[in-house]
Amino acid sequence: MQLTTWLRQMPGRPFRGAGHRTALVAAGLPLHLAVVPLWLWLLGAMAATVRAPAAAAVTPLPVLLTLVVTPLLTTGQRRRYRALVGKDLPRPSANAKSVVRRLTGRAWWRQVCYHAVAGPLLAVLDLVVLAVWAAAVVASTVYVWIWALPSQWRVTDLGYTAQAAYITAGGLAVLFLGPRLTDALVRLETRAAEVLLGPSRTEKLARRVADLAESRAGVLDAADAERRRIERDLHDGAQQRLVALAVNLGLARATLGDLPEDARKVIDEAHREAKEAIAELNDLVRGLHPAVLEDRGLDAALSGVAARLPIPVRVAVDLPRRPSPTVEAVAYFVVSEALTNVVKHAQATRADVTVERIGETLLVIVADDGTGGAELAAAGGGTGLAGLAKRVASVDGTFSCRSPAGGPTVITVELPCAP
Amino acid sequence: MRAVIAEDSLLLRIGVVKVLEAAGFEMCAQVADAEGLLAAVEEHRPDIAVVDVRMPPGFTDEGVRAALVIRRQYPRTAVLLLSQYVEERYAADLLAAHTSGVGYLLKQRVADVEEFTEAVRRVAAGGTALDPQVVAQLLVRRHSDPLDRLTPREREVLELMAGGRSNSGIAAELVVSESAVAKHINSIFTKLDLPRADADHRRVLAVLRFLGVATA
Repeated sequence: MQLTTWLRQMPGRPFRGAGHRTALVAAGLPLHLAVVPLWLWLLGAMAATVRAPAAAAVTPLPVLLTLVVTPLLTTGQRRRYRALVGKDLPRPSANAKSVVRRLTGRAWWRQVCYHAVAGPLLAVLDLVVLAVWAAAVVASTVYVWIWALPSQWRVTDLGYTAQAAYITAGGLAVLFLGPRLTDALVRLETRAAEVLLGPSRTEKLARRVADLAESRAGVLDAADAERRRIERDLHDGAQQRLVALAVNLGLARATLGDLPEDARKVIDEAHREAKEAIAELNDLVRGLHPAVLEDRGLDAALSGVAARLPIPVRVAVDLPRRPSPTVEAVAYFVVSEALTNVVKHAQATRADVTVERIGETLLVIVADDGTGGAELAAAGGGTGLAGLAKRVASVDGTFSCRSPAGGPTVITVELPCAP
Repeated sequence: MRAVIAEDSLLLRIGVVKVLEAAGFEMCAQVADAEGLLAAVEEHRPDIAVVDVRMPPGFTDEGVRAALVIRRQYPRTAVLLLSQYVEERYAADLLAAHTSGVGYLLKQRVADVEEFTEAVRRVAAGGTALDPQVVAQLLVRRHSDPLDRLTPREREVLELMAGGRSNSGIAAELVVSESAVAKHINSIFTKLDLPRADADHRRVLAVLRFLGVATA
């Protein structure tokens, strides 16, 4: 920064915004002191009780009054910050509606603590800061006060100018100190207000968890939508083109009777390749997101998966109501991936799939009669299982895999579904 | 025979039309959505409608729903559904309402021209044609019923019956004699408790029981 600019800005800098902050401190004073009379009353009442036990009946009154004025004072504090520094104090969660719940809630007692204990202490600091400001203003303008005195005083007190100069210098020094002091106090007050009037640490964490859960659900939904989009694009594009190609090759094979043997072989080969490519693409696209899952639910979609496997698979799905699309997609993915693993690694001769809804849990069991020894760890074929476990964890489900060496393997997955 | 086709992919539509024309079908109309299909059937009253399952605007099961409407309103028009993936649920919907003049095949079966045209003719003539994949899907559901009493061979025969094959077709597929097929079928009828009095319908009833769409 240029030296000249710095010099020009320097004297004003500490004072920028100081007016608002000082006003904040000044406005805080009555709010912070509001409870003090009630405490004094309480002390008086207690003293009276010592002298005459009959007066004990009065002692709960100031305490009750403190409880009553607490919400009013809190509102006052919020207004003070909003109006003077444009700041919104964070609110504790507003889920406790009934008065009883509120009175027993921690938020309430933190408020009482703020107004009854922190308030008076802060009031003392408010007073000190305001006094410093007052002293600084008075001292730095001492010459004006002197000129307001009768001229006779200046004549009798010669040499006052030197003293007045010292006082002015001191006053100016304190004047520059004022904003820093105010700032420090405002920081302290804001902190106290945030801690005691705002949400507690537990509440903040709970809110954070809720926010994260929401954003995670958003990410999952977005990924799901993306899979559907890819599925649709492939279905409307590559799959239809390949089928059309295979149809044309089939037509050529059927109608071109007088082809040389070599050409016929080439066409046969191309026809077969095209059909295999269709089958492969179908499996791939269906794995992304089967349309039938959306239309008819898990039972229909899982029967489709099971039917395409080389080993016999029994599917039993008992779902009186359909779970959410995300849970359905996870369950579908888990079963189809688990069955693929069974075929690849387990050397099983059969498999069983059971999907049941028990209360608010979707229970998915995939069992096979294979060789077992499947492990969740990354070793060997375990990566597929780890992927499954992750996918299940993404919707807060639980995943367990029992697979003793020699088999059988049973994968159990529980997925929470909202009621 | 006269046919209409409803398929939103132009390339595939052209392919199917070529195959059907080569097989001697007269193509009355080619449309791209369910609404157009119903209008075309109303206008031309064809022998068969070849229908894609997934069509605009929803791209879900418009074709299945249109097929049900056609079978109900125009009983003389048979329907053959074509789909990228076959789901036995759609077949069950179709068969629960009508046991004849319906078919449901994978799109790629069109590429095996002779088999496909044979299936189209069968359906147009009031028969059925179910894709082997549909039939396979029916086996995976847990049945607590007489079907478990069938031997593997009888099951195979029943599968082919459900696919719409005749006794001679089944015999050719399994490479056995036709009398052996008849013997298996009789045994299936016995195990499924289908009395001889209903001889004309026993075949259909057995298939329906197999598909799990009949309550009897």
